[in-house]
Amino acid sequence: MTAKGSPLSEERIAYLEGLVRQAGTAAAVFTQYTQEDVDRIVKPMVVAGLEQAQQLARLAIEETRLGLLEDKAIKNMVATEFVYNYVRDKRTVGVIREFPERGLVEVAEPIGVIFSVTPITNPTSTVLFKCIMAIKTRNAVVFGPHPKAWRCCREAVRIMYETAVKHGAPEGVFTCLDEPTIEDNTYLMRHKEVRLIDATGGPGAVKAAYSSGKPALGVGPGNTPVYLEKTANLDMAVVDIATSKTFDNGTICASEQTVVIDDEIYDAVLKKFADLGAHVCNEKEAQMLGCALVDPETGYARPIAVGQKAVDIARACGLSVKPHTKLLIAPIHGVGREHPLSVEKLFPVLAVYRSKSVDEALKVCVDVNHAGGLGHTAVVFSRDEEVIRKFADVINAGRIIVNSPGSIGALGGVYNDMVPTFSFGCGTGGGNSTTDNVNVYHYLNIKRVARRTPAHMWFRVPNQIYFNFNAVENLRQFPSRSTVIVTNPFLEQMGHVDTVRRWMPPETLVRILAIPDAEPEAKVIAQGVEALNLQKADQIIALGGGSVIDAAKIMKLKYESPEADLEELAAPFLDIRKRVVQFPTEKTNRARLLAIPTTSGTGSEVTPFAVLTDKASGRKVTLADYSLSPDVAIVDPQFVMSMPKSLTADTGIDCLTHALEAGVSIYASPYTDSNAMQAVRLVFRYLPIAYEQPNDEEARSMMHNAACIAALAFSNASVGVNHALAHSFGARFRVAHGRANALMLPHVIAYNASVPTKFMPSPNQRAYIAHKKYAMTADLLGLGGDTVEEKVNNLVAAVERLLDQVGIPRSIADLGISKEQFERAMPDLAKNAFDDPSWRSNPRMPLMSEINELFWNAYHGRGQNKVAKAS
Amino acid sequence: MNRELEEAIERLDGADGELVLDFSSVRRIEPGTLRGMEELASKAQEKGIRVVLAGMSVDVYKVLKLAKLASRFSFRN
Repeated sequence: MTAKGSPLSEERIAYLEGLVRQAGTAAAVFTQYTQEDVDRIVKPMVVAGLEQAQQLARLAIEETRLGLLEDKAIKNMVATEFVYNYVRDKRTVGVIREFPERGLVEVAEPIGVIFSVTPITNPTSTVLFKCIMAIKTRNAVVFGPHPKAWRCCREAVRIMYETAVKHGAPEGVFTCLDEPTIEDNTYLMRHKEVRLIDATGGPGAVKAAYSSGKPALGVGPGNTPVYLEKTANLDMAVVDIATSKTFDNGTICASEQTVVIDDEIYDAVLKKFADLGAHVCNEKEAQMLGCALVDPETGYARPIAVGQKAVDIARACGLSVKPHTKLLIAPIHGVGREHPLSVEKLFPVLAVYRSKSVDEALKVCVDVNHAGGLGHTAVVFSRDEEVIRKFADVINAGRIIVNSPGSIGALGGVYNDMVPTFSFGCGTGGGNSTTDNVNVYHYLNIKRVARRTPAHMWFRVPNQIYFNFNAVENLRQFPSRSTVIVTNPFLEQMGHVDTVRRWMPPETLVRILAIPDAEPEAKVIAQGVEALNLQKADQIIALGGGSVIDAAKIMKLKYESPEADLEELAAPFLDIRKRVVQFPTEKTNRARLLAIPTTSGTGSEVTPFAVLTDKASGRKVTLADYSLSPDVAIVDPQFVMSMPKSLTADTGIDCLTHALEAGVSIYASPYTDSNAMQAVRLVFRYLPIAYEQPNDEEARSMMHNAACIAALAFSNASVGVNHALAHSFGARFRVAHGRANALMLPHVIAYNASVPTKFMPSPNQRAYIAHKKYAMTADLLGLGGDTVEEKVNNLVAAVERLLDQVGIPRSIADLGISKEQFERAMPDLAKNAFDDPSWRSNPRMPLMSEINELFWNAYHGRGQNKVAKAS
Repeated sequence: MNRELEEAIERLDGADGELVLDFSSVRRIEPGTLRGMEELASKAQEKGIRVVLAGMSVDVYKVLKLAKLASRFSFRN
């Protein structure tokens, strides 16, 4: 009686279901076993397999009529002893590998029920191999042997099963189909309790496995090309090929199929083959073999010849050969359907091709490889490393065997250190998921236990910072043959350049390069580099505000590394340590960069940043790399005593913004915090004084220090969303950077102190702490408050008071920008702010809607800030 | 374990309400035990008796999950 919708009878289905149920129960129970338990079971299985190797070989020969008894016995021994040697010390239960330095642990999880298809060519050895792998990995297997090899396989399974159960394996761990059919395979491959299909066999079985919709290991046919190159050890090569191709009458799918031989050695090689008992066919004989052994319809070798002896094949094809001929060698002149013997031949017939050059030989090998052998195995005999490298490069094979036999070599563990296997993964070329020699790790789900790893942090600053009044005198200690001073015309007029020159060693050749006081553009940089080259400068002194110092940084970069492509170097990155585009390390010239700031805000004298403007497009190119940081910073307040009030206010608030943003950045560290907090304290104390009493030396000095100290913090912790908003707004409405920052600052503090809509991924921090850090800042400033919320509110209020004190407009509306104007600009403002990299270190990830809201808060000004309580 | 399970199955005759089995000392179960538990679950279901497995280790619990038996019992720690 046939079950509805199935070609199988109800009885057969019940039988198959019973096998799966048994295996399922065994697999479930097996999960409780320890490594010691499975190792205790595996060893006697291996011994039993070795003891029964010859008997199983005999059964295989009797049933399949393929191959050689002696070789099949050897295969059974390799499948047990060699595989055992590989797996014996492998951990396959519980924790199998640990990488403490990476905080990673790998834990094994069994697969469950595996349905395993085994081939006619290597029936018992494949069963032994898979049984050992399954026990080692705590899996249960239902075997579906080839229909013409099921009796010997059933016996192999029985031996393995009884030994395993005797030593503690769960009942039902292995079962084997009686009288298997393709319909059985189809049923089991689609069974919901079968977790993995391991199909070792012909293309049909492999294709069915991959078509089942189940995870599958499929291993298919090959067509092994061999390149026998003229530098090879010919005696070794010929013996290896003969050994391999005749092993088990050529049934291993990794065995040699076509040998491409260099012209210079071709005749000698064929003679050596003949001397070892091969029959070298003439053209006519080769043609006869091709016609008889390869089906012209399909282009494949006829199954009737598989695993047969050379003499029997010769007789069947009408060839007359010596009685002990072990191998038939047939010359071919190309690859493809017109050259039938260029296909896979799982019997002792070997095609040979005479090649006139290495290039031709490699091309023929590629042709063979593509004629049914993609992903499988290839062999090269050569002493020329370049030939071997090129062969490995052009041939697509999971196993490229060098100077050793293909079939036994590919099995692994005998001629090389590859993993021993009886299943060759053929990669995507063979429609498989792996190119590996299938092994125990393919029978496991490997779970990765990934522990949180502390982010690597850094604190990189110039190694020399001189500060306080007359710090410029330290220039004396920097000998220079030729120095270019980059400055602006105004500072030159002010006499600042003379002050600097006064303290330079007298022998120094000095050139002054006065550039416009604006963000540098490419033309200015080019002029600077020209001057540096002309002077053969070994020192650059940047005397000015952020723009001048930035220009000098870029000039130095282009002077030392003329090939540096600024556009490319400005490529965006998320993490400076993992950036794709690296700054040049090879230098044509060397020059020391000393930065002497003449404003107290940007901190460019110690930062690794520089901004370049493309005047034509209005686009800014921001460069960031620690190699841009000046070598020496001279923070001498005498150069800022004459700063106008508005500049004092704007740059002072810029400094405050740097410090507050670095303080709550996701890259903040104790090193940056100490600088950020100190800078905040200095700004609150001294900015109002510097603003009201510009000649107060202490206030000027402390504000100058504050700017540098805040820059030390944000050079390493970066800034945040405040800067992203300010960059976008400042560029659109041509508002000074510090002032633009000031307009956003109270709103951003309130925003960051609230519960984030979206958190920023931050392995460096163990909790959301922005609000607490603001509260800590409030405490440092003595602002009072009992709760975090109160303290944050007090900080916001203090910032607003400070802004009032230094005369900064308190809303964007106060700048005279109409609501309509602002509304029209809003889409671009929001987009540009979101594109700005600054917010990527912000503790809170800003949504576009939140960026809009922050802009509108800044537009309306004070009273917009509500700090939602964060826990 | 199998004997205890057989006793439990026998006790289902004439019982009602809830049957609690103490698994706290069970470290590992065998295929035969699983089959016995399947039988127990079926019989208990027929009789409308709730079988509670108490103190079962997570390793044994996982075996029941893999064998698709966990849903047929109640569990108590």
